[in-house]
Amino acid sequence: MFDKNYPEPRFDKVLSAKASRRQFIKGVIASGAAVSGAGVLFGTLTGCSPRGAATGGVERMLMLNVNGTTRTVDVLPNETLAMTLRYKLNLTGTKLGCDRGECGACTVLIDDVATYSCSTLTHSVRSKAITTIEGLESADGTLHPVQQAMIDELGPQCGFCTPGQIMSAVALLKANPQPTRDEARHALSGNLCRCGAYDHYLNSVMRAAGQPVSQNLPA
Amino acid sequence: MATFNLIGKNFTPPDVRAKVTGTARYSEDFRAEGMLFAKLLTSPLPHARVVSVDDSEALALPGVAGILRASEVTPIPDPQDLILTDEPVFVGQPILAIAAESEALAAEALEKIKIEYAELPFTVDPLQSLFPGGPNARSNGNVVSQGQISDVKWTAQDFAAAGENQLPMGKPAVEWSYGDVDAAMAAARVVLDETFVTQGMAHHSMEPRTAMAYWQNGKCYLHASSQSGTFPIPTVARYIGITSDELVFITEYCGGGFGSKGGGYPIVAVPALLSKKLNNRPVMMRISRHEEYAIGSARAGFQGRIKIGFKPNGRIAAVDLYIVQENGPNTGGGDYTAAADAVALVYTPETMRFRGVPVNTNTPPRGPQRGPGQNQIAAAVEPLLDKAARQLSVDRVAIRRINAPDNATKYGPMQSSVTSAHLKDALDRGAADFNWRARLARSGQRNGAKVTGVGVGTAYHSAGGRGFDGLVVIKPDGKLNIHTGVGNLGTYSHTGTSRVAAETLKVAWENCVVVRGDSSRGLPWNLGQFGSNTSFTMTRTNYVAAMDAIAKLKEIAAKDFGGSPDDYDIGEEKVFAKADPAKSLTYARAAERAIELGGKFDGHDLPTDINPITKAAATGLAGTGLVGVAKDNITGAGTVPALAAGFIEIELDTETGKYEIVDYMGVADCGTVIHPLGLDTQIKGGAVMGFGLAALERHIFDPQNGLPGNVSLLQSKPCSYLDVPSHMQTAAVEIADAQNPIGAKGIGEPVQGCAAAALLCAISDALGGHYFNRTPVVADMIVNAAAGRPQSHTPLQVNTA
Repeated sequence: MFDKNYPEPRFDKVLSAKASRRQFIKGVIASGAAVSGAGVLFGTLTGCSPRGAATGGVERMLMLNVNGTTRTVDVLPNETLAMTLRYKLNLTGTKLGCDRGECGACTVLIDDVATYSCSTLTHSVRSKAITTIEGLESADGTLHPVQQAMIDELGPQCGFCTPGQIMSAVALLKANPQPTRDEARHALSGNLCRCGAYDHYLNSVMRAAGQPVSQNLPA
Repeated sequence: MATFNLIGKNFTPPDVRAKVTGTARYSEDFRAEGMLFAKLLTSPLPHARVVSVDDSEALALPGVAGILRASEVTPIPDPQDLILTDEPVFVGQPILAIAAESEALAAEALEKIKIEYAELPFTVDPLQSLFPGGPNARSNGNVVSQGQISDVKWTAQDFAAAGENQLPMGKPAVEWSYGDVDAAMAAARVVLDETFVTQGMAHHSMEPRTAMAYWQNGKCYLHASSQSGTFPIPTVARYIGITSDELVFITEYCGGGFGSKGGGYPIVAVPALLSKKLNNRPVMMRISRHEEYAIGSARAGFQGRIKIGFKPNGRIAAVDLYIVQENGPNTGGGDYTAAADAVALVYTPETMRFRGVPVNTNTPPRGPQRGPGQNQIAAAVEPLLDKAARQLSVDRVAIRRINAPDNATKYGPMQSSVTSAHLKDALDRGAADFNWRARLARSGQRNGAKVTGVGVGTAYHSAGGRGFDGLVVIKPDGKLNIHTGVGNLGTYSHTGTSRVAAETLKVAWENCVVVRGDSSRGLPWNLGQFGSNTSFTMTRTNYVAAMDAIAKLKEIAAKDFGGSPDDYDIGEEKVFAKADPAKSLTYARAAERAIELGGKFDGHDLPTDINPITKAAATGLAGTGLVGVAKDNITGAGTVPALAAGFIEIELDTETGKYEIVDYMGVADCGTVIHPLGLDTQIKGGAVMGFGLAALERHIFDPQNGLPGNVSLLQSKPCSYLDVPSHMQTAAVEIADAQNPIGAKGIGEPVQGCAAAALLCAISDALGGHYFNRTPVVADMIVNAAAGRPQSHTPLQVNTA
């Protein structure tokens, strides 16, 4: 299966890293029982961050509360929450637009506060409740009022920034269920939209809050 | 106007639920077994030759799978955009790529590459390159015209003749004229002669051009971010070195393109070629925001000079336009010629001369960006219309109206015709709905340091193509599958235009399926989703495919019930005898009959004039139902103009240079409205981007080292929520275009240009008629102007902070 163009993967180094991690975990939390075989695969399959630590990083197993479920995941020390969500938990609804805290496409809720997951270390949210776009829909398929309003008001254009916009709107409505349009505008101002769909995003937030939307359709 | 069941009605686009639930998958959201990650090594220099590369340490790293060098990729003719290169011509140009088990490993391997460069001359200013002895951005020249590169230098006399602050006008690369410009200019009441600069702008698509590729059974499966569904396929296949039918192009969602992802672009070949080299292992190449600034395309900048002669009533008697285009290092774009075309159409000058030259610079490759040329020139010229209007005591709406095109207009050097033009109606509608008169009364009103300014702007883009293909299938379950090659740019026109097939075949929308986003599903050859063309072009293709299906339905009915096809009609998803509606076949039954009959009815025999891509798609669908497939051979000629007018009121703070947009209204001349809510979002979204063009977005390059100065969203400043009004008004004139089966034409681009122009005019208005002759008009320029201080830039300076 392998030829010269495709060198056989060198698992020895990875495995020894695992072994040393086992020692590390034993030393730190006095428990080495949770090192999983899947962790080896994740470690070899996934990226970490474009300029992050490479082979030397030591993953540590964490329990994360994501969308109301406890998820067990091996996390590097410098790993961002966006990477953990996207590459280890397969929650790809959280988007990376800039990966440096400028655009807001990666916005998730940490204990109900809108947070850039690209600029949050996963290790820092171990004891927090994380909500992503995938966690808004009810089990029966009912959308969150903000999601439904986004459909009704045609909030998204290309849709890439939409999950982040929705998470910021959900955080706003949790803290302030009856915002003014201007309050909504400020609450969402950390989420860039190059399509310029701001007007319709705000219409969606106001509709979700049960407030009048000033409709003006071309006719 | 015809009455429609679906056209002109709002609908819930089939892809919008996935966008709000996070289940919409963009390129970076795909995973494949054994997927490697690729990273690019990019040039730190604006122009250099790679002298040597030592990759031994990098390749020895455990987990590094392989490297891709420029010598291994498909050769691309000079001076087009390249996949990889050993002679980078801009900072950030990809030189080589490494694939590894993780992205972090690939990045670490790049650090271990030992690479030596020999620096070469560079420039970031076209005029510097045109100066005698000036540096060339490329080793083989500095001007690309008609795809050919040459070395163009102006004379020292050319520069001296213009003086310091006016654009010198040496030998152009392109030149045309009509009428006696000099005589008309001499007879004009007011003549303005102005030098201006418009900036380059990054596209800032929210989704960087990440791509993932793998090979299976000899086919390359490519997940890429594309504005267009089928149009890029031949180009991308060529980049990868395969034929179109060997490429499966998957692009169901696209996180913004604005022109930068309209056709095929070369970097997507990197994961495909790495995968091929590495035993077909899937390769994900994530493009970072930083990289996107280098390879994500940019709007061309202008250094221009325009002389306009006005008659006493404001009618433009003569235009003499010269544009030096900052064209990036490669082929670049045709913005400068498009700008001249726009001046000729929007203001219909009685005589006009255009000269222009695109000059290479060692800055990111330029390509089309929303209204390429048309919108820069709107931003440059419209404030000058106001200047003339003031001098002539003509109303600012009136001076636009008197020069605006109409259905009878013949424009430009070829005296081209238009299919329809209702800019006058758009201006009238906006002036009425925006209360232009009442707003004008507030112009100049002061409130402390704040001054009210009002503005109006107009813009144009050609908005329609002809000759592409439509493909529909009526399935035995009665569903109408409408196959479309339109991309998912966020306009929802993939579905808006598909509804024309449903309308024509009189099928309930619940019984329709829009098939798109993955070429293996069988997608027809459609024009790319760019150039405001989709609404015109693909309503026609869906119409002709539906008409072909109707003809086949009637033929089948005639076979089964006797008589001729003309004896039959369609309705309620049946084909029936006009004389005896009881003689009928449901569409479901007709689809079964089509499969039984075979031949042309179920797609086994195809028209000879359709594109090979449509032919392959229809062949793949043959035998699955009644296939309607046809090329758009609808007759007609002339430019399809999308036109728009924007109206604005601002409150400008003369102490801080900041302004608040109090109100904005955009009015579209886009023929029949297909999707009111979609049009509403386009007019407003275009306006947001227009405000950025006018007054925020910069493209900064350091002339000493050729380095980019604002590689970041925060520094480049695409508009945020707080830079634009939280609510805007929209309207459409809704006069059908006669050359479209439903009367539709496009609109996506001029809605940006008119907003940019309106804002600039309002800023000038608030400053009592001060003209900056430059975009963007940023806060410090406004403060300087308000205080009567000189600006920090010189009139012809480009890429300024």
